Amino acid sequence: MSEQENIVEFEEISIEAPERAFDIEAPSAPVSDTPLAEARERTQASVKKTHMSQKTKNAITNTIIHIVLVVMCFVWILPFIGIVLESFRCESTGLAGYIFPQKWGFTNYVRLFKETDFPHWFLNTLIMGVIVAIVQTVFVLMVAYALSRHRFKGRKFLMNLMLVFGMFPGFLTLILLYTWMHDWNMTDLNALWGLILIYTASSGMGYYIAKGFFDTISHSLDEAARVDGATRLQIFYKIIMPLSKPIIIYTILMGFMGPWGDFVMATFMAHNAHAGYNVAAGLQWLLTDSMKNEYYTTFCAGGVVVALPITILFLLLQKYYVAGVTGGAVKG
Amino acid sequence: MNNQDTYTETEGGGQSEELAVTPEEQSEEFLSPQEEQGELLAAADKEQGGPNDYLRLSRLGKMGYKLKRFFLGIPHWFAQLGRDIWRGLRSFGLRIAACFRDIFMTFKTGSWKTRVSYLVMGFHNLFAKQWLRGLLFLLFEGVFIVYMALWGGAWLSKFGTLGTVATHTEEVLLPELGEYVERQIIGDNSFKILLYGLITIFFIAAFLYTWYLNVKQSRLLDEIERSGRKVQGSKDDLRAVVDKQFHKTLLALPVFGIVMFTILPIVFMILVAFTNYDSMHDGYVNLFTWVGLDNFNSLFAFGSEVSVAFGEILAWTLIWAFFATFSNYFLGMFVAMMINKKGIRVKKVWRTILVMTIAIPQFISLLYVSNLFAHNGIINGLLMKLGWIKSPIPFWENGTLARIMVLVINIWVGIPYLMLITTGILMNIPQDLYESAKIDGANAFQQFCKITLPYMLFVTGPYLLTSFVSNINNFNVIYLLTQGGPINPAWGDFSGAKAGETSILITWLFDITNSAADYKLASVIGIMIFVVVSVLSLVVFYIMPSNKREDDYS
Repeated sequence: MSEQENIVEFEEISIEAPERAFDIEAPSAPVSDTPLAEARERTQASVKKTHMSQKTKNAITNTIIHIVLVVMCFVWILPFIGIVLESFRCESTGLAGYIFPQKWGFTNYVRLFKETDFPHWFLNTLIMGVIVAIVQTVFVLMVAYALSRHRFKGRKFLMNLMLVFGMFPGFLTLILLYTWMHDWNMTDLNALWGLILIYTASSGMGYYIAKGFFDTISHSLDEAARVDGATRLQIFYKIIMPLSKPIIIYTILMGFMGPWGDFVMATFMAHNAHAGYNVAAGLQWLLTDSMKNEYYTTFCAGGVVVALPITILFLLLQKYYVAGVTGGAVKG
Repeated sequence: MNNQDTYTETEGGGQSEELAVTPEEQSEEFLSPQEEQGELLAAADKEQGGPNDYLRLSRLGKMGYKLKRFFLGIPHWFAQLGRDIWRGLRSFGLRIAACFRDIFMTFKTGSWKTRVSYLVMGFHNLFAKQWLRGLLFLLFEGVFIVYMALWGGAWLSKFGTLGTVATHTEEVLLPELGEYVERQIIGDNSFKILLYGLITIFFIAAFLYTWYLNVKQSRLLDEIERSGRKVQGSKDDLRAVVDKQFHKTLLALPVFGIVMFTILPIVFMILVAFTNYDSMHDGYVNLFTWVGLDNFNSLFAFGSEVSVAFGEILAWTLIWAFFATFSNYFLGMFVAMMINKKGIRVKKVWRTILVMTIAIPQFISLLYVSNLFAHNGIINGLLMKLGWIKSPIPFWENGTLARIMVLVINIWVGIPYLMLITTGILMNIPQDLYESAKIDGANAFQQFCKITLPYMLFVTGPYLLTSFVSNINNFNVIYLLTQGGPINPAWGDFSGAKAGETSILITWLFDITNSAADYKLASVIGIMIFVVVSVLSLVVFYIMPSNKREDDYS
């Protein structure tokens, strides 16, 4: 938790210019009736006046901003409070026009685990998350390192190729991937394995952020190691890897969280075998028109069960996420 | 301030450009566009009466001048783009020609070992005791020949027609019974023919490349033998795998994955756009076949249902992407500035609350929000209870309202993210700029327009582009909130995939694939999305010089 405090130490700096600009003391001159002195006196007074009004103005602005922030945070958090409250509603299972349950209880959580395939979904997603996180991280680091540190023939071509094919919408390939995976018996109840293959196989394309990070590590380290006779493999895992902890954790975090949110691929791959879903596909399925009236509150309970661990994990690793996202945005 | 801005921008931009250029890129081709643009702008300057006159222009005049420069640049970008494409094609052609010449010359001048290598791959390597390379070459050739003989040739021969005999039932005379019996005859499968034909083509390309490598290796060995140097052995080869050629080791598996799971499927779907593959032609009982440009013609046929729907959806996609990107950008920046402001307490609390909402998977938050605004959802229930409205507000049933709602909720989704990104960058703006601006008497709004915004736009320019593109493909927000609805009956019903008022191209594409199984149309739309995205990227690429600095740090 102490690390988290480092994330955003912005408090010290502020956009406001220091007020000392207005505090420049005029050289004290004896009050006289020369026009110059009079003018000086007047200026001093007016400076003081602006200073005062500036301060009150600042206070008012700050108060307004505080109010705005409170309202904003309320708006941002309201849906999540809503989900939690509705997940405890026992008197009805469909949509209701009110937020506070009339009868509280854990019925929905019990139903979630007993009546739906939620345990399967959760397990599927957990397995996917772990495997995808590992393989994707390895792939991304490999590609990013090669493209960042090695200059070889075809490097530009490879990067352009990935850029161009990254511009096609991924859904285009749904039908082919399904047919393909179906041939290998990796769909429906086994959708888990097909999905892992799909998520990981081309994950090397997401190398941008990691490459941007490697680019910032000084080349003199590599050169020093090469002088000492290290092979490139040794440089990779003995020098670059230990320095890249933030980006490694960021990549792992992203890889792990991916399968929790994807419902398109998961729905498509599992087709109609509901036990093969991941949490996203499963919970979304609970809200289809025919299921909604009976399972709406169960969906809320499922949302809470899924969101809680993910959010905690995310907040713990927040620092790395911020680093990755900011680095990626600035590098473009 | 303003006048200086323009000039420092152009000059400073050019300067940093040159500073960032690495020797590798410092070719004539790279620098020429800048120079040409410079000339063009100089011409524009002359028209205005030189840069000195610019300072004397009125505010409106300055704006006009900037606009003029912008528009004067447009034909230039296209010319540049055309030149680049032409250059690329020409260099590609030249390279191919060089390849052929190389192969021919090597055969003519090479030793007999090299000539044998043309037929038996790796022969020269084996002869020179490069066991590892030689065996790998030979093995690859063997695998290729076996594959082509057993499967590849068959797939490839049917590739032109995509199959001729469909699976059907036939009455067959059984001699032992003496009567006709219905029997299913398994025919061709267009889908498989297309897929495996394509894989075979990829394989042939890989083989040809390897063969060329083999020829080059042979020639190299010839040269080494002639000069009497020592030939690199298998042991050195193995060491190179972790050292000199380490990048190949690193890239091999990921690139193979990308080729098989991204490039191959996409090329396959591009090919599907030229067939009539849909639910009526499943490729099994009803074979599908090549139809040329028919699908594109029907999409662009003026007045047809598909073309009307496509036009409307494309327009909304662009509007959506524009507003979604810029509303998030400015509001997110605004929120970041509010939290950054001196005198605001518990900054960390505000940030953490906003960041927390990023962590929660979108399918949970967006599905819940969608139901919050449903006909019998909490918002309508609350408003009715308060007596503010008589009947529920049709948030998702009214087209215009639904469009506004998705934009507003997208702001809700996007602000925390933008807040995170911009906070750090805002901190990096030199504070003395603000101090001097304040002394000059600039108010907060002027400071924002003249200092914060230009700086932010400069730093986050590339991000804005990626964000625009990702909004064009922002499936989650639209699909989870409205599923593309409310449905617009005027746009037709493509065998089940209804186009709605909030549909963007990507959600439409998903519906067409998922519920209508009209794969040919989906492929065409996928290609159109690619065209839109790539054209946008190219335009921005040619406007923004900062995009070219790939090797910034190295």
